[in-house]
Amino acid sequence: MLRSKPINEKLKKLQIEIQGYADEFGLDYFPQIFEMCDYQTINILAAQEGFPSRYPHWRFGMQFDQMSKGYRYGIQKIYEMVINTNPCYAYLLEVNNWVDQKLVMAHVYGHNDFFKNNAWFANTDRKMMDTMANHGAKVRRYIEKYGIDRVENFIDAILSLENLIDMDHLFETDEVRNQREETNKQFAYENSLEYEPYDKKSDALKTYLRSKNRTAQKQQEFNAEDLPIIPKTIPEKPVKDILHFLLEYAPIEEWEADIIGILREEAYYYLPQRITKIMNEGWASYWHSKIMTEKALDASEIIDFADKHAGVMVMSKERINPYKVGIELFRDIEHRWDTGKFGKEYLECNNMVEKHSWDSKLGKGREKIFQVRKTHNDISFIDEFLTPEFCERQQMFTYKYNPRSHRFEIDKRDFDAIKQKLLMSLTNFGSPVIELVDANFDNKAEILLKHRHDGVDLDAKYANETLKNIFRVWKRPVNLSTTYEEKEVKFRFDGKELSVKS
Amino acid sequence: MDHPIKSDHNRFRKIVKGKLRENLKSFVSQGQQVIPKGKDQFTIPMPSIDIPRFKFGGKSEGGVGQGDGEEGQPVQGDGQEGEGKPDKAGEDEGKKELEVDFSLDELASILSEELELPNIEPKGSSQIESTVNKYTSIGTTGPDSLRHLKRTYKQSLKRQVSMGLYDADNPVILPTRKDYRFRASQSKIEKQNNAVVIYMMDVSGSMGDEQKEIVRTESFWINLWLKHQYKDIEVRYIIHDATAKEVEEEVFFKTRESGGTLISSAYKLCRDIIKADYPASDWNIYPFHFSDGDNWSSDDTKLCLDLLNTEILPVSNMFGYGQVESRYGSGQFFKDLYAAYNDKTDNIILSKIKNREAILDSIKDFLGKGK
Repeated sequence: MLRSKPINEKLKKLQIEIQGYADEFGLDYFPQIFEMCDYQTINILAAQEGFPSRYPHWRFGMQFDQMSKGYRYGIQKIYEMVINTNPCYAYLLEVNNWVDQKLVMAHVYGHNDFFKNNAWFANTDRKMMDTMANHGAKVRRYIEKYGIDRVENFIDAILSLENLIDMDHLFETDEVRNQREETNKQFAYENSLEYEPYDKKSDALKTYLRSKNRTAQKQQEFNAEDLPIIPKTIPEKPVKDILHFLLEYAPIEEWEADIIGILREEAYYYLPQRITKIMNEGWASYWHSKIMTEKALDASEIIDFADKHAGVMVMSKERINPYKVGIELFRDIEHRWDTGKFGKEYLECNNMVEKHSWDSKLGKGREKIFQVRKTHNDISFIDEFLTPEFCERQQMFTYKYNPRSHRFEIDKRDFDAIKQKLLMSLTNFGSPVIELVDANFDNKAEILLKHRHDGVDLDAKYANETLKNIFRVWKRPVNLSTTYEEKEVKFRFDGKELSVKS
Repeated sequence: MDHPIKSDHNRFRKIVKGKLRENLKSFVSQGQQVIPKGKDQFTIPMPSIDIPRFKFGGKSEGGVGQGDGEEGQPVQGDGQEGEGKPDKAGEDEGKKELEVDFSLDELASILSEELELPNIEPKGSSQIESTVNKYTSIGTTGPDSLRHLKRTYKQSLKRQVSMGLYDADNPVILPTRKDYRFRASQSKIEKQNNAVVIYMMDVSGSMGDEQKEIVRTESFWINLWLKHQYKDIEVRYIIHDATAKEVEEEVFFKTRESGGTLISSAYKLCRDIIKADYPASDWNIYPFHFSDGDNWSSDDTKLCLDLLNTEILPVSNMFGYGQVESRYGSGQFFKDLYAAYNDKTDNIILSKIKNREAILDSIKDFLGKGK
């Protein structure tokens, strides 16, 4: 159905060449597969967020509409698409010229290395291509059974809660899991509870099985002795993974639980990419630039390459360009660790001339950036490596809204302000931090959410609509406590109407 | 088979159409742009459909950008309001505007469903008939290029089963010459009906830009509906103050004169145009007149009524008079027409348009009778 096809012999040779350079530089990647497609196919892939097969949903249609128009009007053109799988798939666009293909290939090897080595990606499903296709098959089956409107409406509601997940969950490495398993086992043993061991089943499958069990349990006769021990408050401590909580405790049907499981799994799959955007693009750009300028470029291609590269690196006053900031920050780190421009001695040096020409011939730059790409995400990347000199060189500034002139205006070029603004926009992958603190609020089985306010108010309209969607799943009133316009308030949706109480 | 994204796309279009239908009133009254795009195609800019999420409120937040500039300089090109907030790193969901394509029929059906518009019955005697060939039937002869594979296969299968030649274990179907089926044409008599819309507008000083914008919006939807109902429509424009002249569409909505107002001048020109170009036996004729209701004298009004009665109404399917309220207009002309025609003549429709909000109701007034 999808018209991507293997690349031709000439490009295969090019791939071998580029891969050779990647090896020379010590990149460590999954087996790389390139496929060729026409613009319509790449638009479909882009609309479906990289995957050839997704569950049916209108938003893919909307994205496709936008992409096709963008392409036709020449506003946007997608050059490359690479997905985090093993083997790693990347798509090339047929109409791109030879330099573009070179550049894209080199860029893709950078992404591939990042996917494989960055710690935040360690637990992502590398067989996501199949998993996504399975999700599609399942949702299609539900649609046949329950009708497109019902299923799509439910998906809409859950998509609205997609960002209510917990970043820390990504650190579920085997070690952490084993440790927790031990604790759980111990706890179960001490309290003579049944212990459910961890297995490798996917979350979606687990939920499915669990809700099946739940239905079976309902049919069993009521037996007071079987009642589980209910903790005083549910949950015991605030939950950030609200999707998971709903999946476990909300009064929903099997297929609904399955859909929550599916969407949650996909949300966690995409999460590492959201929290490493600057690093990931920076890293890939660093390597395409390195490979192209030091190895792959033919003299006749330099102008074309420079033109394309500059197009990707263009700076914007309205937002930072992750490609630009990423590549420059990696280069800055490399330079600093090559010359030893870090540490106590350097920082305490007050002689600007000396500081500027500081070079302890440390030569650890390359080693350092490889290490950085392994252990950091955007937040720690910025937090640790952003320097005042860098901000100045990159002409960074903060801006804010001026209510008098009705426009956003440049505020400051102050390092601390820039860093703080950047970090804030990256915190919790750019989403407000919202926790579920009580599912039996007021002893009425109502949900109480708490927004950890860090200076920026929620968008009230969106918050209200989202509350409605939680209600659709929980089927009891939902409350959200937050600070709004400098007042402590509680938004509430009781199934009929929205209210705000201070 | 089509790619599944096609059905996602259809779902999306259905949702968008639903949105347009829900918001038709505010959409029309805001005079939102409908951009014609090729023949019978329109593009409508709409805000993209967001899935609600907990997110930060727009303006208090600000962000980080790159580039030169002093403190206090705007970060967006023109610094206009309502530009949407800029993206932040780590969040890709910038506000994109959708440009949704609609065909004429889709828009017309949304309009008619919302306003419950009846189909227009063209004038009985005035239809021209023409024969057209349409490939809607199946024949046993024809050129290979028109061969209908599915029907051929079916026929062949039928024959093999009935002759006992069909082997379920080896289901090979071999069509013979006699099994071949072809698409065949059928002659159909189509009623050709043509319509002409003649817009007349008062451009004297008392009609302001706001009033003209209302007329523009209203005429767009009337044209749309008539285009949907008739095979071909022609549109003519007449502006008048104390004298009338025919103009192009562009001029029609932009002209502003300062003279007095003699409505009869426009009606006379309208009559002349009909006489010259649109014999009533061949054309469905729709004159529309928009003004703020001021006329120079009651003598002229009498003359208008006379023209309507003897020359315009008898040849028209419907005559529409829309009175746009303005600060300067007396609105007298509406009263005069009302007194003369209310309930007595059924092919003249009077409508008062108080403001933009009333456009949709006024369209319903005009088109609601199925004339």
